[in-house]
Amino acid sequence: MARSQSASLDRKKLFGDPVLIITIIALTVFLALFILYPLVMLLMDSVLVRQTQLYSVEPLVNGEEIVYVTEKGDPLTDNRSPAYVKLISPSEGVGEKTVPLYSSTGLFAGRATLNDISAGKTVYLKTVNNRDKAVFIALDQLTTVQQTPQTFRANGRVIKNMEGIELSDLCIQLHQDNWTVDAFPRIFKDYTFNRALTNTLILGALTGFGSLLIGLLFAYVDVYVHIRSKMTKKLFDVVSLLPVVSPPFVLSLSMMLLFGRSGLITRKLLGIYDSDIYGLWGIVIVQTLTFFPVVYLMLKGLLKNIDPSMEEASRDMGASRWKVFTTVTLPLLLPGLGNAFLVTFIESVADFANPMIIGGSYDTLATTIYLRITGGTYDINGASAMAVVLLALTLILFLIQKYILEKKTAATLTGKASRGRMLIEDKSVRYPLSVLCVTVSVFVILMYIAVPFGALFKLWGRDYSLSFKWFEQMFREGGWKAFKDSFILSAISAPVTALLSMIISYLVVKRKFKMKGFIEFVSMLAMAVPGTVLGVGFIRGFAGGVFRTGFLQGIYGTGLILVIVFVVRSLPVGTRSGISALRQIDKSIEESAYDMGAGSGKVFMTVTLPLIKDSFFSGLVTTFVRSITAISAVILLVTPRFLLITCRINEYAEKGEFGVACAYATILIMITYAAILIMNTVLKYFGTSKKMKSEV
Amino acid sequence: MAANKKEPKGVRLDHISKIYQDPKTGKDFYAVHDVSLDIVPGSFVTLLGPSGCGKTTTLRMIAGFESPDEGEIYLGGEPINALTPNKRDTAMVFQSYALFPHYNVFDNVAYGLKLRKVPKEEIQERVTNILKLVELSGMEQRMTNQLSGGQQQRVALARALVVEPGVLLFDEPLSNLDAKLRVQMRTEIRRIQQALGITAIYVTHDQSEAMAISDQVILMKGGVIAQMGTPMEIYYRPNSEFVADFIGECNFLKGKVGESSNGLTEIELPAGKVCVKTEDHHAAGADGEIVLRPEAIQIGDEGMLPCRVELSCFMGSYQNYHVRVGDTLVKITDNCPVNKKIYNVGDQAFISFDPNCAHLLDT
Repeated sequence: MARSQSASLDRKKLFGDPVLIITIIALTVFLALFILYPLVMLLMDSVLVRQTQLYSVEPLVNGEEIVYVTEKGDPLTDNRSPAYVKLISPSEGVGEKTVPLYSSTGLFAGRATLNDISAGKTVYLKTVNNRDKAVFIALDQLTTVQQTPQTFRANGRVIKNMEGIELSDLCIQLHQDNWTVDAFPRIFKDYTFNRALTNTLILGALTGFGSLLIGLLFAYVDVYVHIRSKMTKKLFDVVSLLPVVSPPFVLSLSMMLLFGRSGLITRKLLGIYDSDIYGLWGIVIVQTLTFFPVVYLMLKGLLKNIDPSMEEASRDMGASRWKVFTTVTLPLLLPGLGNAFLVTFIESVADFANPMIIGGSYDTLATTIYLRITGGTYDINGASAMAVVLLALTLILFLIQKYILEKKTAATLTGKASRGRMLIEDKSVRYPLSVLCVTVSVFVILMYIAVPFGALFKLWGRDYSLSFKWFEQMFREGGWKAFKDSFILSAISAPVTALLSMIISYLVVKRKFKMKGFIEFVSMLAMAVPGTVLGVGFIRGFAGGVFRTGFLQGIYGTGLILVIVFVVRSLPVGTRSGISALRQIDKSIEESAYDMGAGSGKVFMTVTLPLIKDSFFSGLVTTFVRSITAISAVILLVTPRFLLITCRINEYAEKGEFGVACAYATILIMITYAAILIMNTVLKYFGTSKKMKSEV
Repeated sequence: MAANKKEPKGVRLDHISKIYQDPKTGKDFYAVHDVSLDIVPGSFVTLLGPSGCGKTTTLRMIAGFESPDEGEIYLGGEPINALTPNKRDTAMVFQSYALFPHYNVFDNVAYGLKLRKVPKEEIQERVTNILKLVELSGMEQRMTNQLSGGQQQRVALARALVVEPGVLLFDEPLSNLDAKLRVQMRTEIRRIQQALGITAIYVTHDQSEAMAISDQVILMKGGVIAQMGTPMEIYYRPNSEFVADFIGECNFLKGKVGESSNGLTEIELPAGKVCVKTEDHHAAGADGEIVLRPEAIQIGDEGMLPCRVELSCFMGSYQNYHVRVGDTLVKITDNCPVNKKIYNVGDQAFISFDPNCAHLLDT
C-alpha cells in the first residue's frame, strides 16, 4: 500500500494554488527567521566561545620582502582548529576578510590573496599594539610559500599610527572560535547567576501561589456566592480588566508612591519612615496583583463547568460546605489549579519591568541578563547562557502546562453544567468572602488611581498641591516624540499581527500541508519565550546580520526590528483566539466556497475573515495594547532614534523622577483604555456574533 | 425556469483507491479500494452504504477535497486528479448546508456567479430564476439563520445549481431534516434534477431515500462496491446477503439447489420443497438460500411451507408476524389486515410466495 499518489496529487494541488503556497513559504520563513533563528543563535552563542589572544609580530627580512610571522604565545590552537586573523581595508570601509591561520611548529600560518578582499586595493592587516590600539599594516601583496600553508607572508609597510610606535610594539590579534559548554559550568558557579536563578524560582513560586489564592477566591465568590449588589459585580469586571489595559509596571510605580519611603500610606498615614518595599516582597505583591485576574478568569470558566449535582450529592450525604469544597470542588479543580499556577509562574519568571523597577538589589534572571548585556561587564557568552537557562525553564513549564495539565483540565471538566447552581446565601460564608474580595478590589483600584495623582502632585511625599509641572517636563524632554514613536510602531504592528495570526489560524485549522506542524508549533513557542530572551536573541541574531553574514543587518537598530518584535510577541495571543474562533466554524463552509470556484486567497478574504472578524478585530486592539505597553524585549533593541513610552517610564523611574514616570504612565493608560473602549463599542455595534444573535 | 445551457457531464472512476491511516494503530488501510464506475451524463446515481463504507470519501475525491491513491477520475472525459476543487466543474450540497452565515440568501446563491465574473444583470436574473425553481422567491434578503432547515437546504441546492455544474454532488443533504420534510425534499431534488437534466451523485445511508431518488444505486461496503444496479435490481436481485439485508428487511431460507426447468429452480428446504424463478444457472446439489422480502410472503391456512406463529402485532397499515419455518425465523408483513384472518401467537399456519418475488443466492 503506498500513499504516494495522493501525496503527489496533494502537492500538485497545493502548487496549483499560488496564493496558498506563497503564503505558506512566506510564513515559514518569517517564523523561522524571527522566532526560531534568534533562539538558535542564542544557543550557539552560549556554546561557542570566541577567545582572543594577542601575538607579537616578528618582521623577518627575507631578501627584499618583509615577512610578518606571528609567534605562538600559548597553546591556544592545535592543527585542527584554526585561529583567525582579520584582514580589513579601513579606507574603503567595506572589504573585510577573515583568514584562518593554522598552527604548526609554533608558527601560525595562513594564506590569503588580494582578491579575497577586492583586487587592486590596499589591504591592511589589523594588528593591535600593546596599548590596545588598533594598528593597520598595509599589505601590498599576500603570498603563500609553497603549497602548504606554512608561513603567512606579506610585503608590508605599517602606515597608520606609526609615530612613536616601534614594530616590536605591534602584535596581531588572533581569535579563535571554540565549541564548548564551558559557559554553563561557568555561570552555574557564578554567584550572581545562582542568586538570580534562586530568586527567580522563589519569586515565581510565591507569585504563583499568591495569584492562585486570590484568583480562586474571586472565582469562587463569583460563581458560588450570591452577591446582592451590582456594584460588587462591576468591581470584579474592572479589576479583571485593569491589568490588561495598563502597562505591566504601573503597579510597581504606585507601590512606591503608596508604600515607599515617602509613601502616602506608609509615611503620611502610618508614620513609618523606613519602610522598604524594594525587594522580593515588593515584587511578589505587585506581580500577584497584576497576574491574579488571569487566574480568576481561568478558574471562573472551570468552576462554571462543574456539575452542581455532584456537590449537592456530597452535601446531601452530610458534608459541610467546607467538606464539599475540599473533597469535591477542589479535587475536580486540581488540574486547573496546576495549570493556572504554571501560567502565572511563567509570567512571573518572564516579567522584566517589575523586578527592574521595584526589585532593588533583588535580581531575577531577566534583569541579570539585561544588566549583563547593557552593563559594564559585557559578557555575551554568559548572558546568552543565562538566557538559554531562562528559556529552558519557561519552555519546560510551558510544555508541561500545555500538553499535560491543559489536557487533564479538559478531561475532568468538560461540557456544561446540567443546570444552574444554587448560590450560597449563608451570611457566614457570604460576608467574609465578599468583604475580602471587595478589599482586594478596592486596594487594586487605589493602586491604579495613585498613578495619575503621582503625576499631578507637585512633589510626592512633600507637597501635595496639584500642578502640571511633570507633564510639562515630560513634553519638554521628548514626550511628543515618545508618544508618536510608540503609537506609530504599535499601530503598524497591530494590523500586521492581526492578519498574520488569522492566516496562521486558518492554515492550522483548515488546511493540510507539510509545514503545518512547524507553523503551529513555532507560533505557539513564542508564547513561552520571555521577552528578555527574545531581545537577547535578536541582538545576537541580527547585530551582525543573519549568521553574522551581514544579511539583513540593515534592519538592526531600525523601527522595523521593533515592529517585528511587537508582532512576534503578540502573535501567539492572536493565533490562539483565531484558532478557537475558527474551530467553531464548520469546515464545510469554506469547502463549499472552494468548491464553488474560489481560490485559497478568495476563500480566506470572502468567507473565513468575515466569519472571524470579531477575533480579528480584538486581535488588532490586543496587539496594539500589548505593543505599546511592551518593554522587556524592546528595551534591549531600542536605539536613540526611537523613544518608546515604556522605556522612558523605566528611565525616569530608575532616576527616581516618579512624577514624570507617572505622567507618561497616565497618558499611556488613557491611550490603551481608549483603544479597548473603541474595540468594545465597535464589537457591540458591528460584531458578527452580535448581529447574528439579534436577528434570530 | 433556468434553461441548462451546459451539457451534463459523465463521471468515470478508474480503479480508484484511497488509503488512510488508522489514528490508533498507525496502520494504513483502504478506505476505498479499487472502485470503478461509469456514470452516464444526466443520470442520478446514489452511493449507498453503512457509515465507514467509503461513500463520502469517494464523493470527496470526485469533488477534489481528497486525492486518490490509485486510479484516475475523469469528468466529461478529462482526467481531473490533479485539479483543485475550485477548478473542477462540480458543485456540492453539503450535509450541514454550509451556507455563508454572513451573507443573505441572494448573496449566498450569487457567490459562485460572482467568482465567475458573470455580469450583474445576468446574476440577478439567474439567481431569481433558480430561487423560483427551489420555491424561495421573495426570500432573497433573508439572512440564512432566519430560514428553516428545509429552506436552508433549498438555498444550498440553489447555490449549487446556479453555477450550472457538470456534475452535482450531494453529501447526505437530507440527514439533518425531520422525517416528513426528508421525504418531501427528496422528491423535490429528483424533480429539479430531472427538469434540468443534470448529472447528480448522491451519498446517503438511507436505503429508502436511495431507492426513491436514483436511476442507479451503488451499494458500498468496506471500501468496495458490493453491487450496482437500478433500485429494482438491487431490491429484488441482491447478489449477497449483505446487500439483501441492507436494502430493506429480508428473510433467508437455507436449502439445497435442485433441478431447474423453464427458469424455475427447485429448492429443497428442511421444511419442504419450493420453486424460485432464476435467471442464471445454479448447479444442482449446491447449497443455496432463498431471499424473501417480508411483504412477498402470504400467510394462510394452506400454502407451501408449514409454520408456527411466534409474534403477531398490529402495526396499522399491516400485521407484523414472526413465524418459525423449520428452524428459521421468518418475518412477514401482511398488508391491509382488516379483512384478513389474524393469526395469534402459537397458531399453526402456512406460508406461500410467488416464485417471481423470490431470489436464489448461492452460498
